Amino acid sequence: MRDINEHTAGEDLIIKTSVRLMVPFIQVFGLYVIVHGHYSPGGGFQGGVILGASFILLALAFGMKASQEYMTVSVNAVFNNLGPAIFVGVGVLCTLFGGLFLDYSALDNLIPLGVVEWRSFGIFLVEVGVGVAVMSIMVLLYWNLSSGGAMDEGL
Amino acid sequence: MIWQIDLMILTLVVVCALVAINTKDLLGATVIFGIYSFLMCLLWAEMGAVDVAFTEATVGAGVSTIFFIAAILRTTRRSKD
Repeated sequence: MRDINEHTAGEDLIIKTSVRLMVPFIQVFGLYVIVHGHYSPGGGFQGGVILGASFILLALAFGMKASQEYMTVSVNAVFNNLGPAIFVGVGVLCTLFGGLFLDYSALDNLIPLGVVEWRSFGIFLVEVGVGVAVMSIMVLLYWNLSSGGAMDEGL
Repeated sequence: MIWQIDLMILTLVVVCALVAINTKDLLGATVIFGIYSFLMCLLWAEMGAVDVAFTEATVGAGVSTIFFIAAILRTTRRSKD
């Protein structure tokens, strides 16, 4: 958040300052929800929505151009493809090592950590994939909706 | 589960849904729809479905309200019917 005030003039100081204070805590909370998703309420979808909402909040307060310095359109496109790739990659990796699709216990043949530990950790990997995909799709939906597809300036 | 609280929140949910359908101002309807989503989240949390309540709070009350407002900004605010 170095020089974000230079980009947009005329917005309210209270909104800018409060958003600047809130966004790091929202993102840490989103990561917490993703990481603790497999044994407490939450998970990849909810945490991804929270992470995406933090970028939407930046775009609302500072303008879309200034917020796209923190997540550019090309980085968003990479995340769009990385999330489903993690999900399907974990599933296919399970089939390659002798299990069914998304049968995480088969990954024990790849790295021997124990079958029960792999069942827990495999769900975590899939949740990370879901979180990355949902975050980038939510941000992309907001950009397209509020700018009419041009993705330069909007709400 | 306390059935008095359930009944109270359920009444408010129905009232909010009817008001959101009948409002001519679409921006007002969006705000009332956010209230509806949040009451639904409260109802689910009270009935013990914390995961569903979490989803409803983030998606229903949080992000979809912003999407509706962005869509209204690009179209029209007044409903024709």
